[in-house]
Amino acid sequence: MLLIYCPYCEEERSELEFRGAGDAHIARSTNIAAISDEEFEAYFFLRENPKGMIFERWRHIHGCGRFFNAARDTVSDRFVKTYKAGEPKPDLHPAPATAATVETYEALEGDAQ
Amino acid sequence: MADLTQAVRRAPLTGLHGGSSTVRLTPAAPASHISLRAGPDAVFALSGALGLDLPTRPKGSASANGRTAIWLGPDEWLVIDENGADLVAIAGSSGALHAATDVSHRNTAIIVAGPGAASAINAGCPQDLSLAVFPVGAGSRTILGKAEIVLLRLAEDTFRVECWRSFSTYVFGMLTEGAEDASA
Ligand SMILES: [Zn+2]
Repeated sequence: MLLIYCPYCEEERSELEFRGAGDAHIARSTNIAAISDEEFEAYFFLRENPKGMIFERWRHIHGCGRFFNAARDTVSDRFVKTYKAGEPKPDLHPAPATAATVETYEALEGDAQ
Repeated sequence: MADLTQAVRRAPLTGLHGGSSTVRLTPAAPASHISLRAGPDAVFALSGALGLDLPTRPKGSASANGRTAIWLGPDEWLVIDENGADLVAIAGSSGALHAATDVSHRNTAIIVAGPGAASAINAGCPQDLSLAVFPVGAGSRTILGKAEIVLLRLAEDTFRVECWRSFSTYVFGMLTEGAEDASA
């Protein structure tokens, strides 16, 4: 079971209590009516979908109900860090070990076949 | 003519009972409930009006005279009064800025008691219910199978499982299955 640390409940809880809510740190224009269609498209629709580290919003919907942010590795599903909504993007350097220590299906089960 | 029909209040789980050799499932008596939202500067006045100290830490609860407040989030509590008090009016008497919504008829509860109680709940709930992590008095919103619940530990081997009435037969069924597994 994947455990996610909720910065408001201050403990790890099962992923079953959480819901993902898309990319974090997307700033809405302070004058949304004035921006061009292209700028609106970029703000509203276009996402990086990176392989590796991503900053996302999550909601502890079946817990404290709060939105918070998480730095997650999209390859390993590992939550590197979670932090409260409104806090700045954390500095993850030096980059924490990820891929080498990841418990992927291939790493765990690959040899058993 | 005598009255031929009468409107009788029927609780969602009336008549149901269940459990196993180590777990007893009992529908809780009707109670009044509010969902209470308020900022930190209203906590003191609301605590005074409700006659208990609203908990401000995760998984906290406070009880006095049949009334219990459970911390659900940084600005959210579930308040239960087993004597049916008008909690909206009581919270309103605090004079502090808050939102109190009466959810008495939305919620119902099941008392899960016995040495297998934690195991029965863990059949569908992922929280760590060991006494060190979820001690007596701990409370939390969480999930049981597909239904959201609010869990409160009343004693080492006794829990109150609050759920929405529309999910209550499902929750009762899940707990019945869990109780059987806990005794297997
Ligand atoms: Zn939380």
